[in-house]
This record gives sequence, C-alpha cells and structure tokens, in this order.
Amino acid sequence: MSSPFAINGGACVAMVGKDCVAIACDLRLGLQSLTVSNNFPKIFSYGDVYLGLTGLATDVSTVSDLFRYKVNMYRLREERQISPQTMANLVSTSLYEKRFGPYFVSPVIAGINHKTGKPFICGFDSIGCIDFAKDFIVSGTASDQLFGTCEGLWEPDLEPEDLFETISQALLNAVDRDALSGWGAHVYIIEKDKVTKRLLKGRQD
Amino acid sequence: MRGATILKASDDKTKQLNQNTLMAFSGEAGDTVQFAEYIQANIQLYSMRNDTDLGPSAVANFVRGELARSLRSRKPYNVNLLLGGMDPITKQPHLYWLDYLASLAPLPYAAHGYAQYYCLSILDKHHHPDIDFEQGLKILRMCTDELKRRLPIDFKGMLVKVIDKDGIREIDYDMSKEVLPA
Repeated sequence: MSSPFAINGGACVAMVGKDCVAIACDLRLGLQSLTVSNNFPKIFSYGDVYLGLTGLATDVSTVSDLFRYKVNMYRLREERQISPQTMANLVSTSLYEKRFGPYFVSPVIAGINHKTGKPFICGFDSIGCIDFAKDFIVSGTASDQLFGTCEGLWEPDLEPEDLFETISQALLNAVDRDALSGWGAHVYIIEKDKVTKRLLKGRQD
Repeated sequence: MRGATILKASDDKTKQLNQNTLMAFSGEAGDTVQFAEYIQANIQLYSMRNDTDLGPSAVANFVRGELARSLRSRKPYNVNLLLGGMDPITKQPHLYWLDYLASLAPLPYAAHGYAQYYCLSILDKHHHPDIDFEQGLKILRMCTDELKRRLPIDFKGMLVKVIDKDGIREIDYDMSKEVLPA
C-alpha cells in the first residue's frame, strides 16, 4: 500500500477510432484515502500530441514540465511540430535515462500523425518500455478496472461521437470501482483538424 | 508556558516572500526554517534584480522545482508548505498546497497534517467560492474550534495572517475563550 504509484491515485485511458483518437483522465489528487484536490488534470498537450501521466503526483508535474521544455526545444530546432511517433521515442529514451531511479509515472500518448493522417496511441512503463496498441491503452490505479470496461465496450472504427461515449463510459465506470480515482474527468477527442475537450462531472464520492 | 514538550508557544511559521505572497511551513525541525529562508532569499533576489515581484503561480512553481530537486538528493527537505498570494496583475487571490514530495495543487482551501482530517470536512461543507472576509473568518473559527476540541495535544493557539489587495497583515485572533463540546 506504499507503492509510489498508488499514493496519489488517478487513472488515464486512450482509444483509437475511425480517423480519430481519444484520451481521458480523472481529476483526483489524494494522499492514500484522503482526497486533497478534485481538480488535478493528468493530460498535457504538446502541439498535436497529447500525453497522459498517472502515478506519483510530484513526478506527473516534473515529467510534464520536462517534456514541455523538450518539445519546445524540438520545435525551435526543427521548425515543425513533433509527431506522435517521435514523441513516443522521446518519452521512452527520457524515461530510460532514469533507469536506476525512475520517475514513478505510467505515461500514455495519443495523437494523429499529420504526415500519414493515421491515429496513434501507445503506453509506457516507468522505465520507458513502449506498449504499441491498435485498440486502447490504460494506466493508473484503476488500470485493472479499465481493462475490463475497455474490453467490454470498445469496437473497431468508432466515429468521433461514439468514441467519446465509449471512452467516457469506460473511464467513469472504471473509476467508480476504484477508491483512489474519480472526482470528475477530462476527455479529449482528437480528429484530423479538430480537438474537442469535454469536462465530465462524475460521482463526487 | 515552557515544558518537556513545548519549547515555544508563539512561533511564527510563516515567511513573507514578496509584497503579495506569504508561505506557511511545517515539517522536520531544522529543515523547515532552512528551506523557507532559502526560498525567501531567492524570491527577494528576483524582486531586486528585476524590479518586479513574481506572481503567486510563478512562486509556487519555483518552490515546487526546488523541493522536487531536493526530493531526489541524498538528504531531502522534509517540509510541507501552503502558499498564499494575490496576483499583482489580475488581482486574483491564489492558494497553493505543496507537500514534502513536491506535489503541487492549487486549491480553494487547504491544510496539512492532522488538520486535514479535522478541518477539510468543515471546509467542504461551509466554503463557497464567493464568500467575503467576515464569512471566511467565521469558517476559520469553526476549524480552530474543532482543532481545540479534538486534537490530543494543546497546540497553543493560532497565528492568523491575511493577504489581500493592500498587502499582508497579521490580525488579532483570540483563542482564550473555552470551546464547548460539540
């Protein structure tokens, strides 16, 4: 019960649809069973790429700040936005640099590659091993529950509206079965030339 | 007044960082004051070099960075912090909660340690985003009364400071009146 991954709690999920991707997270920040904040988003945007970070809250902030710096430097050097695939490799190598004293985070990436137009999602362990997936990626203290709801609800080639409904129900119903996650959610639906961010209220217990 | 468990009954555990931000701290003896003075010095240095004060969010993120750096050093600072301030540009009040792991959260009301267990439920029930100063003091009184009633130790009263558009000031806060059982 003193795993650094489970002190603050939190959940994150990404899904692929037809020419779209979605990424969603809960909003809880806690200390064991005590909820400290119900407005702690775990998804950060880096141009066209979205990064979800669950785990130890201090490392969520540290890692999100680190990638803001790294992606800004990339954009200045290359004079273009970073692609999701490049971002995945950047996250992987950055995490492995801390192989013997890792950041206690489980990152999730979602985005659309603007060269190919193809949706892209992937997840990582805390030392940067990439988990490529064609369907969905889950992370956080509710990951067991998210695997269940995603396996049950997800189907191939969902349109953006249906993908929103699917990922929202998957997240909301997973976090209601986890004491360390919940208290509202952020949901991003990413299409070719449009990103929709929605705030979900969720159960406040 | 003084005894085996009480060394001082009137210790000011706050530091003013600049015109509009105040930092309250608790944690391991020695670490607290050392870290708070280090932060205060650096924030004051910034004000002198740039002829402008950092806003509350900039201060909070600076402090978080220093605490996060210390967390992965050989001997991390064991300090919990509350940062309050008025943004000099937007004139909006801000409160930041920062624990010894350097987890940063902007909050409408906050506490550290046992006070969280005793006070957050009261604040959940009575705090609204648009309360005025008098109503805020009333809720604070409910919190300190609850601490007096239920904390197993005598914490020797409270020091209350107010941050508003006119700056930072200490106010009289009478804790001599006996608190009745709930």
